[in-house]
Amino acid sequence: MSIELFLFFLFAGLAVLGAVSLIVMRHPIHSALSLIVVMVALACLYLLIGAEFIAAVQIIVYAGAIMVLFVFVIMLLNAGEEERTNLSGMARYVGVPLSILFTLQLAYWMFRASAQHAWLQTAPPGPPTLMRDLALRLFREFVLPFELTAILILVAMLGAVVLARRES
Amino acid sequence: MSEFIAQHPIIGATLRSIVALVLLLTAVAYLTWFERKVVAHIQSRWGPWMVGPHGLLQPLADALKGIFKEDPTPQGADKFVYHLAPFLSLSLALSSIALIPFGPQPLLGVSNVNTGLLVLFAITSLSVYGVVLAGWSSNSKYPLLGGLRSSAQMVSYELSLTLSVIGVLLLVGSFNLRDIIANQQGHYWGIVPRWHIFAAPLPQVIGLLCYFIAAVAETNRAPFDLPEAEQELVAGFHTEYASMKFATFFIAEYTAMVTVAIVASLLFFGGWLSPFPDSWTWTHYFPTLFCLAGAAWLVWDGLRYPTKFGRVLLPILGAVLAVVGVLCALGGVNEIVQGPFWFVSKVFVFLFIYVWVRGTLPRFRYDQLMGFGWKILLPVALANVLLTALAALVLKR
Amino acid sequence: MVPVSYYLVLSAVLFGLGVVGFVFKRNIITIFMSIELMLNAVNLAFVAFGRSLGQLEGQVFVFFVIIVAAAEAAVGLAIVILIARNRQSLNVERVDLLKL
Repeated sequence: MSIELFLFFLFAGLAVLGAVSLIVMRHPIHSALSLIVVMVALACLYLLIGAEFIAAVQIIVYAGAIMVLFVFVIMLLNAGEEERTNLSGMARYVGVPLSILFTLQLAYWMFRASAQHAWLQTAPPGPPTLMRDLALRLFREFVLPFELTAILILVAMLGAVVLARRES
Repeated sequence: MSEFIAQHPIIGATLRSIVALVLLLTAVAYLTWFERKVVAHIQSRWGPWMVGPHGLLQPLADALKGIFKEDPTPQGADKFVYHLAPFLSLSLALSSIALIPFGPQPLLGVSNVNTGLLVLFAITSLSVYGVVLAGWSSNSKYPLLGGLRSSAQMVSYELSLTLSVIGVLLLVGSFNLRDIIANQQGHYWGIVPRWHIFAAPLPQVIGLLCYFIAAVAETNRAPFDLPEAEQELVAGFHTEYASMKFATFFIAEYTAMVTVAIVASLLFFGGWLSPFPDSWTWTHYFPTLFCLAGAAWLVWDGLRYPTKFGRVLLPILGAVLAVVGVLCALGGVNEIVQGPFWFVSKVFVFLFIYVWVRGTLPRFRYDQLMGFGWKILLPVALANVLLTALAALVLKR
Repeated sequence: MVPVSYYLVLSAVLFGLGVVGFVFKRNIITIFMSIELMLNAVNLAFVAFGRSLGQLEGQVFVFFVIIVAAAEAAVGLAIVILIARNRQSLNVERVDLLKL
């Protein structure tokens, strides 16, 4: 087993554990921490696959800013543990098995579909993506979406400030 | 042996990181001694002087006290998060040492990541969690308030921190730390080093100032330390943490200080490059001179020291330093020592400025702090990016 | 060497878990976090496909998805704060009537 395969299973296992923990934990802060674990594991997977910039952006923006926002809101709203009501009969006997079946089906069909294409059975080719190439692509072909997302963030910021303001 | 290490790069990296960690932790321990001494002298008093000659064994005494103190967990605290927070803080602070190059040889530096600077910023942005989780999990109002304020401050100043180094990145064109240092080699007109602080299109002075101010705020140090000041919020987010866990936060904060000083010297002051032109080979004996001068002072002071322990320990230290100095003059060792010597001296200057600022300036009030970060520092950092981009475009053609 | 299909299977599993969380949890913030989990799963698929085809568009698109997720989280959480202020509860089963 090569070191890459070992690292893949390590980080993939961590990501799946984090995702299961997100669903299972009752307190939202524990779910938030699990999601942070998933994001860091995914960032390590991006590094493994050769996308260094996306790994760094994932940690800086997603795990380091968006999740901080989530954690702040959970703390400010003093969100407590979820009430311990048992799932209804329908949910327990039909819902949970069906949802597990759904997840396994997705995985299985994805596996079957990729088995038919030879180019998906090999490792990603080439050295890690150069940031220079990514930057050139971003600022030449994709400069319009880039500027539009800047405006989008500005609008979102204004919207959030206006919405969360107290009536005074 | 060296082929074995070459074939298993992980073992080599592990060994190097162990050495780096040991050196870093010793440096952090003596940084606390240094800070207490300097702040004390600024305030016209002595600082630690009883435990060992000149108080040199004070960090050891603090560590022992920390180990033997009671370590209670507050009632109603979320146990998992309460124990996770200091661990997270410390591991994030220590992991940034893996990205720093200490010298030109590939051996001096644990790894050489192509996006090294970006990973450093990623680690900085994750360290907010140590603070906010510590404040929240303590189940008490002062830590919660201190934690929320502290993390809001850290998140706000992170923006100015990353913007202020973009000027340097525009001049270099790479995130690789070794490339950034390589861009600063050489001298203008044979005398002025090509460091980014003196860079040709636009000297990055504003960038350095913004970076340093934002970094002081980011590491929660004076004058931006309202959230953890004793007079304000008891002790902020680490109020409910005792002995070893508090010591963990303490070490994490000082390690972050050292990392900031290292990055400032790498980005703006040429890292391990010497300020003197390479043709002046007599400057290669500076490490030796420095060690021998230090040894002479230690011996002279040690022989006149009041306590017997000091009269024995200080001259021994002086003798060891003298031997190190003589070793540095030898041919092979001289080349290896050059890089780390200049690196350590620049980091030392930055750490001194850190401690100096702490001893001198009064604290910012929280609203003044946030107003400064968003309304003054961020626009100035943006202006620096714009000016550097214009200068690079016009002058580098 | 890790075949690309492994990354896609992981992406599918994470997406399925995100859907499960979205459907079964009652706390509005946890539902939001399940949405973020789904977005992350899709990001992984994008990067995997992009790298295996040797194209950079995969990573460029992930960049945009992350930014849009940030904007969405900001506004969504502001709405959550408003709901919590008005209904004094974060349970979605209490916010199921148009009239208070």
